[in-house]
Amino acid sequence: MARKSTTQRVVVSTIGAWFFGFLIFFPILWMVLASFKTELEAFAIPPSFLFFHWTTENYATVQERSDYLLHAMNSIIIAGGSTLIALLIAIPAAWSMAFSPTKRTKDILLWMLSTKMMPPVGVLVPIYLIYKTFGLLDSRIGLVFILCLGNLPIVIWMLFTYFKEIPRDILEAARMDGATIGRELVYVLTPMAIPGLASTLLLNLILAWNEAFWTLNLSTSNAAPLTTFIASYSSPEGLFWAKLSAASTLAIAPILVLGWFSQKQLVRGLTFGAVK
Amino acid sequence: MKHVLGAVCGASVLLAVPAMAETTLTIATVNNGDMIRMQGLTSEFTKANPDISVKWVTLEENVLRQRVTTDIATKGGQFDVLTIGTYEVPIWAKKGWLVPLANLGADYDVADLLPKIRDAVSADGKLYAAPFYGESSMVMYRTDLFDKAGLKMPEKPTWDFVIDAAKKVTDKSAGVYGICLRGKAGWGENMAFLSAMANSYGARWFDEKWEPQFNTPEWKTTLTTYVNLMKEAGPPGASSNGFNENLALFNAGKCGMWIDATVAASFVTNPKDSKVADKVGFALAPNTGLGKNANWLWAWSLAIPAGSKKTEAAEKFVAWATGKDYTKLVASKEGWANVPPGTRTSLYQNPEYLKAAPFAKMTLASIDAADPNKPTVKPVPYVGVQYAAIPEFQGIGTQVGQQFSAALAGSMTVDAALAAAQTATEREMKRAGYIK
Repeated sequence: MARKSTTQRVVVSTIGAWFFGFLIFFPILWMVLASFKTELEAFAIPPSFLFFHWTTENYATVQERSDYLLHAMNSIIIAGGSTLIALLIAIPAAWSMAFSPTKRTKDILLWMLSTKMMPPVGVLVPIYLIYKTFGLLDSRIGLVFILCLGNLPIVIWMLFTYFKEIPRDILEAARMDGATIGRELVYVLTPMAIPGLASTLLLNLILAWNEAFWTLNLSTSNAAPLTTFIASYSSPEGLFWAKLSAASTLAIAPILVLGWFSQKQLVRGLTFGAVK
Repeated sequence: MKHVLGAVCGASVLLAVPAMAETTLTIATVNNGDMIRMQGLTSEFTKANPDISVKWVTLEENVLRQRVTTDIATKGGQFDVLTIGTYEVPIWAKKGWLVPLANLGADYDVADLLPKIRDAVSADGKLYAAPFYGESSMVMYRTDLFDKAGLKMPEKPTWDFVIDAAKKVTDKSAGVYGICLRGKAGWGENMAFLSAMANSYGARWFDEKWEPQFNTPEWKTTLTTYVNLMKEAGPPGASSNGFNENLALFNAGKCGMWIDATVAASFVTNPKDSKVADKVGFALAPNTGLGKNANWLWAWSLAIPAGSKKTEAAEKFVAWATGKDYTKLVASKEGWANVPPGTRTSLYQNPEYLKAAPFAKMTLASIDAADPNKPTVKPVPYVGVQYAAIPEFQGIGTQVGQQFSAALAGSMTVDAALAAAQTATEREMKRAGYIK
């Protein structure tokens, strides 16, 4: 009897999980479908799900009108660069806070998080003026810098929680065995922290890839990433859903593929913590 | 000899470098069909001006406005040519943000610009933006449905006729709704339509002393008529419909009438996009006999920000894109029906254009019927037909638009929406120092 109810529970929860999974995935599916419709079909009410005239015309138009590769390259450089720099700064910071905390460590952590509490538009004009003065407007380095700063609090917090879970005893044991700090870092700590580092890196990469406030406001043409590529397909006067969907599909494709291949790491890092 | 030749070649290459130095123009624009066409034809401009290259920044309308405002207010100098509307021109010109366009060339022919449009992009008698395409609003209606219902659309319909016709044409079981109107909240969405409609009912945004006027009977009549008409003869979910949603509905054959931008006429009569392309008639926006029609005036225009360091090249581009030769260029490449409408008198005297664009006559009549300097029956202190050209209007217009959209959705009564609009507008106008 108990066995039966367990099977039932498994079936119900599997169906439930699939249902909610599909629900969450549906907007992305809908976007992909819309990108293969004509503009009129994309707007049609009632909407057609699969039985419509499939066309790749929108992709052709998007390719013809915009320089996708330039935007994609900018996205890779900006998201990748800001993530790597953020990690380089955050690892030592989180390290010291996790393994040699002081009285003020908690306050510092909270203060860092508090910088995320203000809406970015509140500092748009001062940042814009600073960027103008230093010639950073519409430059990749400028965007790398601002996205790195924006995501740093989250990166430090995540790494701090992972490092905190690593038992000091293991490190001490390594030291007893005569390991130097360098060896201790490379051979003992890094392998244990890899899931945490990987999920932090991936999450930060996704956040930076999708960031649409600073990238839209501080770039014009040379440094414009895929967010501005998407924004250029919305129209106040004229149907645009199908072309916008094609542009969005192209824009999210790289990060979606990356997410797909690294989902194991991502889920492990996010759910289990560092050493469990 | 060889050495001499080599030296001469080397010297000429060195000399040629500064001569070939390119000026790169960065142009900010929106993703409308005519602008996309302009981007496609830019190579013709750069061919004629090899020392100038062009980079385009296309953004969503509101993002563009925010982006450009930040840059221009901080003198960031990121853009050399901006696409702005008639709302921004007088405000930005007053702040000294725009370069007056005095050097567009001898053959530009400023006098050929339609007078109403020219007024709308000028301030203190100076041209601050060059109109790229102009529009008003008008009634687009289904001739087949009108014939079936035994109705004949007058050239200058009254609101009474339009309301009556909308009810007669409605056939909800067949999915046909008598009238499609904007309902989506936004100063440039439902408020563009409702402000113009209110003008025809004798209402106004502010009196001569900048006091908001939503507590007047004229506004109550306007909003009540609109909400009741849409309930009886409008499509379901109209409170989320803007220009594009209504365009899709009309093209799919679901609207008996649609009152919206004249630029839509070329979309609804294009057989590639529209199922009803050969069944569309046009008429002036409705009136109530008070002397004002419910039509607006707008022109997407090209302007040069004061922060640009490439004014001369920018002026060349503006003159090219808004000049008479550009019209001919578009006509030769894509046909007369695709020429940007509503800016030049000469276009409306061109028999080829009049033949290719059945809506041309009504577009011109609609533009002529709107007066941004005298938009309402009673006097007002502001310029603008479907907006008041003050910096605060964007915020106020969108707040009021949300109340009116809620009234249309039925989540709020007309009286409550008007009261909320009055309170919100009074508060903002006090804060901005217009009233005490």
